[in-house]
Amino acid sequence: MNNNKNWIDQRFPLTKVWNEHLAEYYTPRNFNFWYFFGSLAMLVLVIQIVTGIFLTMHFKPDAIHAFASVEYIMRDVNWGWLIRYLHSTGASAFFVVIYLHIHRSLLYGSYKTPRELIWILGMVLYIALMAEAFMGYVLPWGQMSYWGAQVIISLFGSVPIFGPDILTFILGDYAVGDPVLNRFFSLHVIALPLILVILVFLHIVALHTVGSNNPDGIEIKKIKNKEGIPKDGVPFHPYYSVKDIVGVVVFLMIFSAVVFFAPAMNGYFLESSNFIEANPLQTPNHIAPLWYLTPFYSILRAIPPMFGSQFPGVVGMFASLLILIALPWLDRSKVKSIRYRSWPYKIALGIFVISFIILGYLGMQPVTPINALLARVFTFTYFGFFILMPWFTSIGKTKSLPIRVTE
Amino acid sequence: MSEQEIDLKKRRFLTSATSVVGAIGVGFVLVPFLSSWMPSARAKAAGAPIDVDISKLNNGQLVRVLWRKKPVWIFKRDKKTIENLITLNSILTDPNSNEVSQQPKYAQNPYRSINPDVAVIIGVCTHLGCSPTYRPEIGASDLGGKSWKGGFYCPCHGSKFDLAGRVYTGVPAPTNLVIPPYHFVADSLIRIGVDPKA
Repeated sequence: MNNNKNWIDQRFPLTKVWNEHLAEYYTPRNFNFWYFFGSLAMLVLVIQIVTGIFLTMHFKPDAIHAFASVEYIMRDVNWGWLIRYLHSTGASAFFVVIYLHIHRSLLYGSYKTPRELIWILGMVLYIALMAEAFMGYVLPWGQMSYWGAQVIISLFGSVPIFGPDILTFILGDYAVGDPVLNRFFSLHVIALPLILVILVFLHIVALHTVGSNNPDGIEIKKIKNKEGIPKDGVPFHPYYSVKDIVGVVVFLMIFSAVVFFAPAMNGYFLESSNFIEANPLQTPNHIAPLWYLTPFYSILRAIPPMFGSQFPGVVGMFASLLILIALPWLDRSKVKSIRYRSWPYKIALGIFVISFIILGYLGMQPVTPINALLARVFTFTYFGFFILMPWFTSIGKTKSLPIRVTE
Repeated sequence: MSEQEIDLKKRRFLTSATSVVGAIGVGFVLVPFLSSWMPSARAKAAGAPIDVDISKLNNGQLVRVLWRKKPVWIFKRDKKTIENLITLNSILTDPNSNEVSQQPKYAQNPYRSINPDVAVIIGVCTHLGCSPTYRPEIGASDLGGKSWKGGFYCPCHGSKFDLAGRVYTGVPAPTNLVIPPYHFVADSLIRIGVDPKA
């Protein structure tokens, strides 16, 4: 056994990697509930890749056969229904986990120096994940797939001057059809997953270079013992690997309950219109993206056309995503964690979270005058959080930081 | 932690218990994924029995039909052909069809069929799966001249079979061709894929 290990270590840094990233990677001992979601996101990524590989074996990326091949998976392939529901529920679970993971960063200032690059990589991951989810939703070629693709692709057509050419380039046809389905299939099963895996790798390497933040937002590396080990650190393995297994078990219990008892989640995870085959002649009465995209869809709809163009709304929607990347430089506070922040930040974060949830809700509802007004108000508060951040993070009195992490 | 003594026995028990339960769980999860590679309901339905009408089939004529995506040969043998079969026994590997897996019980006879004059054989070489060519002409010069009493010749690796699908000695194919389950629904209607009622 030891001989084998030596043989490998002389040729590949197995023990070194194991120690640097697990057995001797020191993590703050005060992690709480919010720290489960990073490892859970990786678990969901694995679930999506494995179930995706098996779905690809039966799916046909062809406008004529796609819808029927999904029904074939659901009815004829042994356990096909389970594999598909694992994949469709996995998509929503991915976003549940990612939103909680991002919220953790907002609570404890995990994006602040020296972790800006982890945050940027994470945000790029988030945007890539949305593209991945959107393209995946087009593949079953149901009514929502088709009209969702139609609406989202049309956004690119609103770009001034180049819009129509960009549109033709994406469509490869005069309207949404077989070329879109085929290229989205390729992007969904190989290009984007590859990018996601590479980004996850970089995200983790960057994290392990600076070390994890913690609920107190203080650097555990500042206080080390004689051996150079942070006094408030514990080795990731076995302490957090075992703790994460508990998180995995609880997560899988909830996940399985959804997969087996409510895979469509009353239309939130799988919309009923998508059980009807794509029909270019008829748009469903009500179309909305899946829940994880609706906050941004709301912002898109909230911004009225200007100068006879829908482009400002499109800019607003992409800006609402890209502005997240600037967060580390907008936050001027000297402390990271919400535990020691001044009250203006706490209020602002509360308003931001509420705005995001309400925008998400409005994005699923039909447009009415009152809904449109609400969407505009909360679009303002959404952007206000970022634009006013340099101001509200520099006022108010912060609490004094502890020297060592608290329980 | 330091006041408490570490109970290594308990720790080992918990570690192995968790690992065993986890491994069993992974085993259960594997079942649906592996099972999804087995023939689907559609593939099974497409593999259902088929009926073949042989009322227009003449002696020596052969029809090929697909059953479970494999070629099945159905051909009529005249009296002379049936008599010839017995004379070949000495140059065949398994003249009496002793290899149980190659035919149903009711085809375990000198002509390997229910009726001597109608042969039903799966046309897949038992060597590496090519489909042999029908060569009924007696004394074909490229197949041994005088000794050739008609049969099948595999173009891939040169295996030879007689008109009952029995393999010659000294060729790559190890066993006789497979006889599918079949029965006569009527005098000239064959159902391939179902055994006759006992």
